[in-house]
Amino acid sequence: MARITAGVATSHVPAIGAAMDLGKTQDDYWKPLFKGYEFSREWIESENPDVVILVYNDHASAFGMDLVPTFAIGCGEEFAPTDEGWGPRPVPNVHGHPELAWHIMQSVIQDDFDLTVVNEMTVDHGLTVPLSLMYGQPEAWPCRVIPVAVNVVVYPPPSGQRCYNLGKALRRAVESFDEDLNVQIWGTGGMSHQLQGPRAGLINQEFDKEFLERLVTDPAALATMPHIDYVREAGSEGIELVMWLLMRGALNDKVTELHRFYHVPASNTAVGHLILDNTD
Amino acid sequence: MALDKPYVDVPGTIIFDAEMARQGYHLNQFCMSLMKSDNRERFKNDERAYLDEWRMSEEQKQAVLDRDYNGMMALGGNVYFLSKIFSSDGISFEQAAASMTGQTREDYRQMMLDGGRSPQGNRYKGDSN
Repeated sequence: MARITAGVATSHVPAIGAAMDLGKTQDDYWKPLFKGYEFSREWIESENPDVVILVYNDHASAFGMDLVPTFAIGCGEEFAPTDEGWGPRPVPNVHGHPELAWHIMQSVIQDDFDLTVVNEMTVDHGLTVPLSLMYGQPEAWPCRVIPVAVNVVVYPPPSGQRCYNLGKALRRAVESFDEDLNVQIWGTGGMSHQLQGPRAGLINQEFDKEFLERLVTDPAALATMPHIDYVREAGSEGIELVMWLLMRGALNDKVTELHRFYHVPASNTAVGHLILDNTD
Repeated sequence: MALDKPYVDVPGTIIFDAEMARQGYHLNQFCMSLMKSDNRERFKNDERAYLDEWRMSEEQKQAVLDRDYNGMMALGGNVYFLSKIFSSDGISFEQAAASMTGQTREDYRQMMLDGGRSPQGNRYKGDSN
């Protein structure tokens, strides 16, 4: 059967993708950030997952105001990178896993989570930057990717609790798939940041570090944190962190932390990163 | 009974909730149109004429012409949508965010390098916590 063997959390700041695309990763500004992912690149190469369920949010790219799904799953065969205003990122197209994605859709909807099915969409930096951080710049992505898009742009996003519970339903769905597949789940976005208004630039290192710790050791309690705490403490865009709880919900209550990294700043944002082993 | 909106007392912040999303619908749809290069060209050639094709309020149109991002957000614009405008202008997210704070680009960048804006004194309107 298919198994979720690990979880990854990482920020998905667009400027990180631009730094890679423009060959700036060894600049003084970016070097410390990419150093924090050296372990991750070696680890992912040795793990070589068949499928990554990649939890991310679209930023007025594939979904504008025409359509605002709270949770959407990409069941299509292929997803191209979005032109976000500067032309599409020079990264490979993402290949989906329609068999597992459709299976997940049927399983979780019967488990009371009403996902929207998307077959045709482009994927923006929210999805491609985590792939670039983990895999570098290959000709083709080495894994299949099932996009799970969460609305965090139009308030309210789903609650942390709802995300955490959906993670549990995703796990049940994966484990009821007959084929032997090595599946990882990634939660992306965050950490503290605010991109708008006179309070733009807010970073709360204390909040972020506590969030990293509790996500590993005390996720069930962390999931009950209300939206207002994210907004007030981690900035209006810090609310993306609910997507990390979706990832965490799909893992065992107890996990082995393999890697932790935290860095300020990347553009307007605090960058956090965790790798959690789920095989015990 | 009114909806609970505990976020209205967060300083310097407009939450893009249902009310703002409704109010800003046409403004944000205009922004989305700038993802197509043909539309970007038409907008650049005659901003006023292009804006007049959209069912936006005069206030919203003026805020766009003035590149008054805080004004646009107060009228229902969302920053991810508004980013299509500043991308069309060739301005980065960092520069755009700096412009919303009243800081110079250099001061803002240095603040971020120094660890960002502290939450201290920025949690509640009129509060020093």
